[in-house]
Formats: sequence, structure tokens, C-alpha cells
Amino acid sequence: MGDAALFNHKHIIALRDLSADDIRLLLTTAENLKEINSRDIKKVPTLRGKTIINLFYEASTRTRTSFEIAAKRLSADTVNISPSTSSSTKGETLSDTALNLLAMKPDIIVMRHNISGSHYFLAKRLSCSIINAGDGAHEHPSQALLDMLTMKERFGRLDGLKVAIVGDVSHSRVARSNIQGLTKMGSHLFLAGPPTMMPPGVERLGNVTVCKDMREAVDGADVVMMLRIQLERQGKSLLPTLKEYSRYFGLNREILKLAKPDAMVMHPGPINRGVELASDVADGDQSHILNQVENGVAVRMAMLYHVCGGGTVDAG
Amino acid sequence: MNLLIKGGRVIDPSQGVDDTLDLLVVDGVLQEMGAGLTAPAGSTVIDATGLVVTPGLIDMHVHLRDPGLEYKEDIVSGTRAAAAGGFTSVCCMPNTKPVIDNKTVASYVVNKAREEGFANVFPVGSITQGSKGDNLSEMGELKEAGCCAVSDDGRPVVSGELTRRALEYARGMGIMVISHAEDPSLAGDGVMNEGYVATELGLKGIPWVAEDSATARDVYLAELTASPLHVAHVSTKGSVRIIRNAKARGVQVTCETAPHYFILTDEAVRGYNTNAKMNPPLRTESDRQGIREGLADGTIDAIATDHAPHHKDEKDIEFDLAMNGIIGLETSLPLSLRLVDDGVLTLPELVEKMSCAPARILGLARRGTLVPGSVADITVIDPECVWTVEADKLASKSKNSPFLGWEMKGKAVYTILAGKIVNPL
Repeated sequence: MGDAALFNHKHIIALRDLSADDIRLLLTTAENLKEINSRDIKKVPTLRGKTIINLFYEASTRTRTSFEIAAKRLSADTVNISPSTSSSTKGETLSDTALNLLAMKPDIIVMRHNISGSHYFLAKRLSCSIINAGDGAHEHPSQALLDMLTMKERFGRLDGLKVAIVGDVSHSRVARSNIQGLTKMGSHLFLAGPPTMMPPGVERLGNVTVCKDMREAVDGADVVMMLRIQLERQGKSLLPTLKEYSRYFGLNREILKLAKPDAMVMHPGPINRGVELASDVADGDQSHILNQVENGVAVRMAMLYHVCGGGTVDAG
Repeated sequence: MNLLIKGGRVIDPSQGVDDTLDLLVVDGVLQEMGAGLTAPAGSTVIDATGLVVTPGLIDMHVHLRDPGLEYKEDIVSGTRAAAAGGFTSVCCMPNTKPVIDNKTVASYVVNKAREEGFANVFPVGSITQGSKGDNLSEMGELKEAGCCAVSDDGRPVVSGELTRRALEYARGMGIMVISHAEDPSLAGDGVMNEGYVATELGLKGIPWVAEDSATARDVYLAELTASPLHVAHVSTKGSVRIIRNAKARGVQVTCETAPHYFILTDEAVRGYNTNAKMNPPLRTESDRQGIREGLADGTIDAIATDHAPHHKDEKDIEFDLAMNGIIGLETSLPLSLRLVDDGVLTLPELVEKMSCAPARILGLARRGTLVPGSVADITVIDPECVWTVEADKLASKSKNSPFLGWEMKGKAVYTILAGKIVNPL
């Protein structure tokens, strides 16, 4: 871990702000830390004495739990705050809530917020580190990093991979972070979804090709990443019915055959079975969904470790 | 009290004047324009050598927030900002609390401005009662109380039928309708211009067609009803094209744009800058060029600021939650002078758009001109003065400007209201 000092970011808010070297370092660190998770005693003292607040303005099970476990495995103290228990329901502003939390001297605030850019807003006001656990439709860097780690484990590289992303790209912070990160790592992204869910100018975000249909995106792909469809979009102007969505933008065995034989199937979760992903594909050999979740802990350990300034990890 | 302004470059497009001349003001009225005038004993004399002397600038689109929202701005602070920016007259929009939808509220604005203000204030009454878009306001009484136009600015009149009737009724009362052209169903809950920058920032976009389709509808309704229409804060090249075509057909349509639409683009939103959040939103470079073309060819008649003061607590928050709008009175003149530097407009054309045209469009008698007998509203400009926009030096109560820290060239060195110097005080 001697190169830890190379990570010069106090916050991790968007992969747009990180270089390929930064991403490579985070992934390498995650690979090294991952081993801790399979030990009998899953704890190292690396972040002992550090206080981490998980401030979640949106409901989340997986991401919040993953950040919490990551922090605990590094011996940091964690506190979880969610809207139902916070002062936001009493009309307190984000700025005031955060300043009050800051007064209790946390080292890191891990925040999820429904408004894009909220983390930049906080970073200007707080002296502690900020890690983005998802902001609006902007970015979700820890998800993209764990996706990249899962791909890298499988293929040994990210450079030159053909990655299909299918679904509601417009509202997806997962898609934006993956486009930013994977482009920097040399992958090529192929997007498909109903045009109502394809944001204007998305091809300029990175090494992106917008495909006319799902088959074109999946054709010859190394990775097929399905985005979660928000069920409440059904019947609004973006989408007539889930039935029709599933028919044209759902991944089933037949369409998966268009991808490379060893292609990975990924999904950020939670899955809508039978909507964007057929159950037999979700549970099939090519599905790496649970590997993604597993790698989430390692990636988040790496993120926490590096924003705390790096240093030595006790190799046990 | 008499005033002699000597040796300035007097620009008055209303009578085709652009020459080194003197102006004599007697008892608040322009008495004489000529060379080598002598001042009666006891006159104040301004040496305007090297300065530009124009009819008092008129901002036909501001929000003074008074009554009801005085924590953002009030008639005193807002007109002080106007005077500091070289404006002798402002037209204030009716989205106050209560709305300026009756003669009592209109009279309050007129009277307070007359007693305590530093600029003439011509209120704009609402088109519909409470600006709710349901029933027409009492436009006759609003006009009698001093309103220069009607508008539901800040929100569009959604109903086409009601807009048609408003245009017809207003024509009968001899009062101008100002359209806030926006289709709210297309704008949705967007917070910035729809396009690449919004996609990258993950912010909801407002497409250009939300403005253009509403502009087109209102222009056609003006054509149908043979009524005059003024379109507020034009921000897209498409709206410019629609209005250009309408003018060529003889439709009685005029329009304005604001400095931020010919200076900035949606790139200014990067960093989630809430001082670049307004409605209509900052558009693309090609729109910015389209606005400049519209100014150059005369499609856009006037430059107005849409001065929209907001408290720090309403701007210094998360982007989606921040209020729309920026202040503009104190930066409009130097930003507009850039159009002259950039070769888009001549200086007389700029004066036309910042003074003569607003007076003509709104029927402000004896304003926007230096013809003898006019009210002596005069702005004296140093076009070479270089200064920096600093929050604590702004006269406005609110500081929500994307131009803080910008270096500006050009400043009103004297703002003269009916013969009285109101800036500097």
C-alpha cells in the first residue's frame, strides 16, 4: 500500500473528478482489502478512532449496510442517520443538519441524497471528508467502482471491454458513474433503452454508443448491465406498461445469447424479477449480481481508507 | 433648481441625435439641447466631457418584491439599485404578496415609489386575478392607478382561451399584455436547460420548446386578435425566429431579452451554481448567438434585466430547491455595453433598446427621450470606467448575481431623475 499517498482527494463525490490512476488505485486497494472479508476475524485496526456518519436521505438497505460493514471491518465507529429519524422532517436545512453533525467531529460523512450536486454543496461548507453514496440522477461512485472491480476480477482488465447498459439511463446515477469510470479505464459503452429514458447528449459523456435497440447493445458484449426500472414510472409519459418494457428492454436467455458466451450479467439491485431481468438469468451461471454485492464492501473499505489519508493496512 | 450638462456625447435615438451637445434642465424639465449653452445663475453644472449622455435608462422588467416580500427587496432598495445602475424608470412585476391585481395595491406601489423611491416605478398589473390564470383582473382600474402593462410574469397563462380574451380586453383598455411564454407541461419540474450539461450534472432539463411553443401560441393569438403583445425574457433562438417572422407579417409584437441570455450559457450552471438558475434557464451557445442576432437585426426591441432578488437562504441551498432568478439592475449597463464592444449593436442602438423602446412600447409619455419638454430623466455614462462587482457594494438587498467578482467596463456616473441627481446621492 506504499502508493496510497497518490490519492489526493479529500472527497469522493463523482468519478468525473477522479483520474484513471485514482480509479486504478482504489480498485487495487479494494482487491487487497477484500481478503479481510473472508477471514475468521473480519476486522483490522486501520481506521480505529475514526468516526463515520452515514447520512441517508433516501431509503437504502444494500448501500448503507455495505458502507457500515466496510467501516466496521476497518474498526471505525459508525452512526447511521436516515430521514425518518433526522431533523429534516422538522424542516431543518441540509446545511444546518450537516453543520450540527460536523460539530460532533466526524471524519467522514457518507451521504445519499435525492438532489444532484448536494455533496458539492456540503463539501464547500464542511471540513470533514464527504463520500457520495448516490445523489439524484448524478453519480453513484461506489456502485460503479464495485462494478468495475467485479468486471476486472472476471476479465483481468477493463480496457477494451464492451459493456452494454440497458434501461432508464436518464434517471440513473449508476449509469452516469459507470460511463465516467469505464470510459477512463478504456471500456466501450453501448446504451439501450426507450428514447424517453435516454438523456440528450449522453454520447458526449464518454466512450458511448447509443444503440437503436437492446439487441444491438448486447450483441458481442462482455458485460450486460441491466438498470433497475422504477416501478412508479409505469403509466406515466415515459413508459406505457411494465409488460411492454419487459418485452423490449428485459434481459432473458434468448437475448443474452447475443452476448459473448462468457458474458457477465450485472445489476445494481434491487432486481425487479421478470421486468428488467428474467429470473433464470438473474439466478443463472452468468449472473454476477451477488459478486457485485460482495465487492461492494471491499470497494467501500478502499474508499474510506483513502479519504482518511491512506497509510498502512494491517495485513494480519 | 437648474442643471446644465456640458460637453457630453448626447445620444438620443428618439430624435436621431448623436453629437457633442449641452443639455439645460429647468425645474425638472428638459429646456434646451444645443451647443455652447450657458447656465442661468445658481445652476448646477456637470462637465460631461468624455461621457455619454442619454435619456434615462428604463428597465421594463424588474421584481421589487414590495409589498409582502420585503426581506428580498423593497421599493426603496430596489430603486436605489436602479439609480446605481443608471435606470431612472423601472416596471415592476405583479408577483408580490398580495399580487398587484387591483388598484389599491397598484396605488400603494406608485405612492411609495413617489414618496421614497430613487426611480420612477411603473407597476405591471396582473393579467388574471391573483395571477391564478382563472379570471381577468380589472385592467381598466389597474391602468388608471398607474399600471403600464399587465402580465402574470413568473407563471404563464395556461389557457389559450383566456390569453386570447386578455389580449382583446387589454386592447380595449389600451394596456399592453406582457407574456411569460412557457408551456408548464413541457417545462415540467426541470431546473436548468435541457441538454448535455444537464445530462452530465444529472439535473432535470427544461427543453427550448417549452418556451418556443408558448411564444408561438401567444404570437398567433396576438395576430388573431389584432392586439399588441410584448414577450418577456426571450432566451431561445427559436423564439427570436418566431417573433421575427411575426413582425414580418405585421403582427404587433415586441419583445425583450436580458443580459444573462446574451452573456452566459448553461455552462454557467456547472458546479451547481444556483446564481445561474433562472426561468427561462440559461440556454446553449447557439441560443446565445441567436439572441445576439435578434438584437442586431431589431427583432429584439428592448433589454430588460428581470431583476429577481432572492434572500441568501433561498439561493445558498441545494440546486433543485433554490429559487429562480438573479439580480440585474446594477450590472445591466456594463454587460449590455459589451454588445457595442462586440460589434453587435452601435451605442445609439443600445440606448434605443435600454430607454427609447421601453418607453414607446409601454407608452411612458415624456420618457425615453431628450426632446425639450420631456421629463429630465437623464443618464450620464462613463463607458470607459472599469470596476469590479462586489456583493457588499451592491445597493440591492439581495446579492444573487452570477457576475460577482466580474470586471465590468462602463458605469452610470450620474443618474438624474426629473432634474435631480439621485446617483451618486
